[in-house]
Parts: sequence; C-alpha cells; structure tokens
Amino acid sequence: MPTSLDRHRNILDFALSSLLRRKWKNLSLLMIYTLIVFVIASLIFFVQALKLEAGLLLTNAPDMVVQRMAAGRHDLIPLSYMEKIQSIRGVGEVVPRLWGYYFDPVFGANYTLQVPNIDPPEPGNVMIGSGVARNQRIASGDVMAFRAHDRTPLLLQVEKIFSHESELLTADLVLLSETDFQALFNLPKLRFTDLAVTVANPRELVTIASKISEQLPDTRPILKSEILRTYDSLFDWRGGMMIVVLAGAVLAFLIFAWDKATGLSAEERKEIGILKSIGWETADVLLLKFWEGAAISLTAFLSGVVLAYIHIFFFSAGLFEHALTGWSVLYPQFRLRPVIDGYQLAVLFFLSVLPYTAATIVPAWMAATMDPDSALRS
Amino acid sequence: MIELSRVSKIFNSGKPSQYAAVSDVSLTIEQGCITVLKGPSGSGKTTLLSLIGCMSRPSSGRITLRRMEPDVPAGQLVDLEVTSLPERFLTNIRRSTFGFIFQQFNLIKGISTLENIMLPAYPTGQNLAPVKQRAVELLELLSIGRHANAPVEWLSGGELQRVAIARALINDPAAIIADEPTAHLDSRLSVEFMEILGTLKGAGKTVLIASHDPVVFESLLADRVVEMRDGQITGASAR
Repeated sequence: MPTSLDRHRNILDFALSSLLRRKWKNLSLLMIYTLIVFVIASLIFFVQALKLEAGLLLTNAPDMVVQRMAAGRHDLIPLSYMEKIQSIRGVGEVVPRLWGYYFDPVFGANYTLQVPNIDPPEPGNVMIGSGVARNQRIASGDVMAFRAHDRTPLLLQVEKIFSHESELLTADLVLLSETDFQALFNLPKLRFTDLAVTVANPRELVTIASKISEQLPDTRPILKSEILRTYDSLFDWRGGMMIVVLAGAVLAFLIFAWDKATGLSAEERKEIGILKSIGWETADVLLLKFWEGAAISLTAFLSGVVLAYIHIFFFSAGLFEHALTGWSVLYPQFRLRPVIDGYQLAVLFFLSVLPYTAATIVPAWMAATMDPDSALRS
Repeated sequence: MIELSRVSKIFNSGKPSQYAAVSDVSLTIEQGCITVLKGPSGSGKTTLLSLIGCMSRPSSGRITLRRMEPDVPAGQLVDLEVTSLPERFLTNIRRSTFGFIFQQFNLIKGISTLENIMLPAYPTGQNLAPVKQRAVELLELLSIGRHANAPVEWLSGGELQRVAIARALINDPAAIIADEPTAHLDSRLSVEFMEILGTLKGAGKTVLIASHDPVVFESLLADRVVEMRDGQITGASAR
C-alpha cells in the first residue's frame, strides 16, 4: 500500500535527479551559499567560544575589584583602604594587586605585567607567557631586558615559560616580583593597582559595594558580573563588526539566490506543465520544488556549519582570528573549547534555509496552478 | 466505456471574445476500441480530448466513465460522473485511468529515458523498484530497451514517440489518449505507431486519438472515426 512517506521519497528522488541536471548552476549556488553560512557560523562559534573562555577566566576572579579614582581616572590605591574595606561586615578577603601594561619599544609589543599573590618569582626573575617568549625568541634561563621609567635597563632572568594550554590567558603575561614591578614603574611602596575583594555571601555583593562607595567616596567597586557583561559586549561588538564588513558579500549572495530562487526559466515552466499533464497535482509540483530548495539550503547549512566547526575548533579560526582576538603584536596561539549555542544556530537555520526554500516554492506555485491541458496545446 | 452527454466547452464566457470550442457533443467511446477524432485545426478535437481526459471541465453537459477505473473488478458495473468531481479526484482519475501521448512528446530533457517513463508513477507513492521493472519491460516491448539509460535528447523522433507511449502506459491505465501523435513522424513511423496502438487495443486498452493524418484515420485498426468541425460532431463511421 503506497504511503505518504513513499510519495515524499519518490518526489525527493526526482528532485535530486532534477538538481543534477543543472549541476554546474546548482553547484556554484551551493558553494556560495555554503561559504556564507560558513562565515556566519564561524563568527557565531568563535564569539561564543571566546565568551566561554572569558567566563572561565572569570570563574576564579574576585567577586569585586575596588579601584581608586582621581580626577575621573584610575589611581593607585593605598594599603590603608584595604583595612577599611576589611572592617565592613560580610567582606571575606581583601587582596591588594599590582598589575599594569608594559610596551616593549624594541619588539613593538604590549605585555601584561602582574605580581602574583601566591608564589611570586624571586626579585630578578620573571615567568613569561609563550607569546612573549615567541616574540622575543627567548627560552627559560635567558635574560629579558626591560626599559625602566628612567630609561635605565632592568635585566630579569626567565624562570619559567607558561604552557601552550594556557596560552589564551597567558600569551602576553609577564609575572614578576613586587620589588621589580615597583622599580620598573617607579611606584611608591604600599600603594597598589587595585584591591580584589571576596565576600562571604554573594547575595550581599551589591550591598557591600554600596557600603564601600559610601565609606570611600573616591573608589569605584567593579563587580564580576559587570566585567563579564563588558567582555560579552566586546565580543558581540567585534562579531557585529565582522558581519558589517561581510554585509556586502551577504547582500550580493542574497540578490543572486533570490534571483535564482524566484525566477523560473521557460524550461522549468514547461517541465511543470508536463508534470501536471501526466498526472502530477499542484501539491506534487510544490513538493518537488520544496525538496529542491530544501536540498540546496540544507546541504549548504550543514556543510557551512560543519566547516565552520572544523575551522574554529580544529584550526583555531585561522581565517579571521586577527580581526576578532585583538589588535596586538602578540597573537595567542590557542585551541578553543568547542561550544555551540543552539539558539543562535537555530536563528541561522531559520534565516538561511527557510527564506530560500520559500522563495523557490512561490514562483513554482504560480506556474503549477496552470491548467494541465495547457501542456496538450504547447 | 466513456459517455459524453451534451458536452460544451466555452472559453472567455461572458466576454466579447467568447467562443465555443466544443458545442453540444454527445458521444459514446467503446471500451477496448480505437476511436479517432478527425477534423481540421480548430475543430475542437484537442479540447474534447482534454475534457475526456479530465484535464479540464466542461462548461455544460456530463461525462461518465463506465467500468474505467482500474481498481474495479471486471464485470462489475461502476459509473463515475467525472464533471462534478473536485480537482483532487480528477487528478487521481487522470493519473490512474488515462495515459497521455502528446503531439510534442513532452518528455523532460536531461533525465534518462527510464526516468521519463517512470515520472507519472512518482506521486502515486508506489515503490519505485517494481515501477522501474515495469518501465524496463515496456521499453523492451517497444523495442527501445537499449536506450533505457540514455538521455531522451539522444533519441530519434520515432524513439521519442515510443518513450511517450511507454510513459503513457506506466500506470497501466484503462485508456490511452493521443493528440496528433503522428504529427512529427514520417509515414513509416506513423504506420508503426498505429501497429503499436493495435497491440494495446488487443490488450484491452481503450484508445482515443485526435488526428488529421490519413495514416491514422484511414488505418484499418481504427474501429470508429468521428468527424468534427467547429466544435461539433459532423459524422461518425464504424469499421
């Protein structure tokens, strides 16, 4: 007994054979279509993966960072502030931090300098990220030269180079001792970049932040959630910027696809007439065109998404990492953790597969509603 | 048997360009016979074929199919008045009861001969393996089995005609409708075509042909010739 499924299968069979008849035309369309899906899916995967990395990075971050402000700018914070914050009820731990940026005029690169609270290097030693080591072509045991605030050289020995696994976080990182950090930038003792504050109960975070602002009016508490939001906006903004750059290509494709999908050639019209005359219903013709459109758009969608996945998670987004990871001499070499946002993929699916399929059906419907006897007279 | 009772087809009804392509035609087409509609261009032959083949509806009158449905057991009298049926049912009848052979053959280029023949069976949802088997058998029957996998554009006029006949037979219809089937064939191929139709008649098929080719309407295989002019029947002769 023939079933509806058999009918679908037969018509799908003929749809694929129909596509093969115009294989060069359909192949070129499929390639461009796949390329567009690939680029957009790559962006989605990349931005999501970076957000995930940023989120993981912030997992161990303090609940709140307190900075001192002077004339609207970030200023060094004295140790006395730490004691005042510690006395606020609910505050767990307050850790003073020393960190900053150093521009190396010889290699033209920016490094992030930090004094770790746990196991800092001995004075005269540094631990560096593999991006820094690559940039300066140095290894463990070599000497790294810095130019201090007064242009005198500061020579520090490389004690350790961080592993490649942590490169996304450590590529441009230089860890050094408090003494060397203060000597390099001529910082006064007992003054720090900011204070890392942890609280006993995370639900009291906002209350404690407002108490800090109240007691120390020249400070700015920054919550972890705010940092995360800033990262999200930053990556979204960069992803959006790429979309704008690609908008021209996407638009050209849309015009091409729309023209291909909505216009039926005289030959296609004649074929629809023939099918109607030999017993195909209007619904059968529409099903045929639906499968033709779906075969192209689904294949393009699936190939584009799979290629994008390979591009991002196996080849570390080689095609556009420079545009999305930052504008720096030091590009981290890293492999992203696979992450897929189902919602965004679903949006991409509905924006790529559905409009194209619909656009192929409408003109076919207009042609398929002709009287079957018109084929008899052609 | 196909019965037409006072069938008319009027185009552009109510407009200044209104004209009657078929006017008040009553006709009985016997089962298992070859009936030829003969007449000059514009006499209404093709319109009458499309009405009988459920491709269009008459403006007035009735068309009844008697024992024409292939599913009906032999000897059981079933009458089906097709003029009032909805489009879906008409398509079903067109698909299962009639096989069509067109003047221009109407084959689809770029696909194989075999696929062209199987086309009417696709939307019926039949399993394609037996359909393919049947198509191969039909090709062998019509002596063009060697062209099964060749694209139709490689075939000659006579071979195209045979492919069109095979396609008309794929759903095993009770009736074959052919509109000017010999228009693009030379005399030898036209005679061959009539011989094939004679074989189909022998197999119990009802054959209805519209033609103004003497090879067709003078053929001894034709059981009845119906003459038409200006949308009306002007004469009929049985052999």
